[in-house]
Amino acid sequence: MPREYILHKTRTALGRSVGQPPAPPPPVRMRLAELDIEARIQLFLEQIEKLAGKTRLACLHAEACAYLETLLAGAPAVASNAPFLRHCGITRLPSVRTGFTDAAELRAACATAHFGITSADYALADTGTLVLLSSSQEARLISLLPPVHVAVAPREKILTGLDELLALLPQPAAQTSSMVLITGPSRTADIEQILVRGVHGPGEIHVVVV
Amino acid sequence: MMASYQQKIRHTLDDPRLQSAIYAASGRLMDHRSHAVAPAALPDFQELRTQANLIKKHAIENLDYYLQQFESNLTSHGGRVIYARDGSEVVSFLVGLAQDKQARLVVKSKSMTTEEIELTDRLQHNQLETVETDLGEFIVQLAGERPYHIVAPALHKTRYDVAELFSQRLGVEREVVPEKQTKIARSVLRRKFLAADIGLTGANFLVADPGAVVLVENEGNIRLTTTAPRMHVAVAGIEKIIPRAQDLAVFLKLLGRSATGQPLSVYTSFLCGPRRPSEIDGPEEFYVVLLDNGRTKLLGDREKRQSLYCIRCGACLNHCPVYRKIGGHNYPWTYSGPIGAILTPQFQGVMQAPWLPFASSLCGACAEVCPVKIDIPKLLLELRSEVKKAEARERQGRLERLGFRLWAWVMRHPRIYEMLGLTAAAVLASQESNGCLRQPPAVLNRGPLRAWFSQRDLPALPERSFRQAWRTRARVTRD
Repeated sequence: MPREYILHKTRTALGRSVGQPPAPPPPVRMRLAELDIEARIQLFLEQIEKLAGKTRLACLHAEACAYLETLLAGAPAVASNAPFLRHCGITRLPSVRTGFTDAAELRAACATAHFGITSADYALADTGTLVLLSSSQEARLISLLPPVHVAVAPREKILTGLDELLALLPQPAAQTSSMVLITGPSRTADIEQILVRGVHGPGEIHVVVV
Repeated sequence: MMASYQQKIRHTLDDPRLQSAIYAASGRLMDHRSHAVAPAALPDFQELRTQANLIKKHAIENLDYYLQQFESNLTSHGGRVIYARDGSEVVSFLVGLAQDKQARLVVKSKSMTTEEIELTDRLQHNQLETVETDLGEFIVQLAGERPYHIVAPALHKTRYDVAELFSQRLGVEREVVPEKQTKIARSVLRRKFLAADIGLTGANFLVADPGAVVLVENEGNIRLTTTAPRMHVAVAGIEKIIPRAQDLAVFLKLLGRSATGQPLSVYTSFLCGPRRPSEIDGPEEFYVVLLDNGRTKLLGDREKRQSLYCIRCGACLNHCPVYRKIGGHNYPWTYSGPIGAILTPQFQGVMQAPWLPFASSLCGACAEVCPVKIDIPKLLLELRSEVKKAEARERQGRLERLGFRLWAWVMRHPRIYEMLGLTAAAVLASQESNGCLRQPPAVLNRGPLRAWFSQRDLPALPERSFRQAWRTRARVTRD
């Protein structure tokens, strides 16, 4: 059995016995820099812009919705089932399809949509990162297949950075099968080190903080 | 063998276009990295390196425990863990899976581990169409070549090469603008993604608690590979284990910065099992193949096992004066650069390419930039001494074989045997004093003979040899 063989060889090489508990691991190292909410928002928007993303700070839900209406300009879009998008009224925009529960239908819609609209479970200010957990509200493909990804999130979702996220979510597996950190538009430099955006994922990213 | 490598290397050195491509690309990556890890950008860079080293050390020293923890945690979330001793076991698992589930098309993301076992080619030989989806790897696969660099596989190709390749292999118009070339690849590969049955990836990290595969990328091809097909198979070396999700805070900060100078790569996927019933999309089946392929062999040596800490960022390649001249195709195995120079001899045996540990100026740049603090120069020195020992053993073996062949020949020729015997007796007789032989003649007074005589004396030789005595006695009897 390959399993027994590999585990046995590993134990023998390390001089360990079956069922031997490990030595205590090095303590977790985290640095929780506490920025206040205003500083976090500002840093987050700055970082997104640095990554060539477009940002928008909206005071009201309706403002976010109006911004999206202009941005979409009637182009086909798929929105996730996140309640926040509904609260903003984004799901009621004419070219937006939403409410998908079937994977095949969702995939077909995303493959032809120009915009994918999601909320964000968290955002990381110091790297300009969106954090999306796969769930009944957020499907994975919406932030992936359409050429433009628009994320609309309430401001309290913005954390300082990765350390804070992992401190809040030490066990992501308890909630989801997939947590994705998105830091800017899809990019490559595989041909002559020339930066090209939008390889397999969206080449454009818009973030609206409400 | 050595000569052919020398020729190949000479070839690279004589190619000005290739020279400037390697130099520019590695230089740019060095530049990006140095900005990203500068104290202003990351004040605790050195502490992070130390912590990363400690975590890897701990994980490797307790590897059997963490492998089992990973296995039981992933299994509890509906994933399946398969152990494979070598490439053939990975191939037979995948081919079997494809047959069982009637899968025809595999989309694959970039992975050094699968490169190690030449998985793509071997699946193709088993009639399982397998498409590389990372842009660089896609180009390299179309060209039928091996990746040139851990993070920049098509570093040696110009946009004109790519234009030629795409028009020949994909039947599209010649297009020399990278942005448009990328679009072509996007649309070709998009169709593959949506049609594929199996998504095949490597793993940057395996988190034991809670049993997760972590993948880092910039293009989005890994996200598609792990989302669109109904099965996801990750093939990972057993050394990829880290104990806790929170340890990622250390490794993710180091990996992107060391590889390309990005504080975080564009996409970091943290995957723990197949799609859950409440989730809308994602793979229905999730497999992780834990590959040995020689790794357990490295675990036995306390010093050298640190080679398994490597997180494949490629920083040592970019900073290596040797890599920057000879490039990535002149190394004998999958891994190039300084990390290749210590992994190859250990995986393939030191005598596979005895010159390799010597192809270094020991300048120490690799150790200085390594995010997990692998002491590459020290390991190179150790491997050098292993090469020398192996060579000595081989030489000794040759000498011994030659000695015995000579002996056998002499034994088959009685006259020569006798003549040599008499000569030896005469020589030894000249050394006698007080009825014994205290040391051999000066020319022979070395090595094993010297050692023997230093503790012992030989009694003086009789005047006549056995053969001489026998002949005399025979004559007497006949009389």
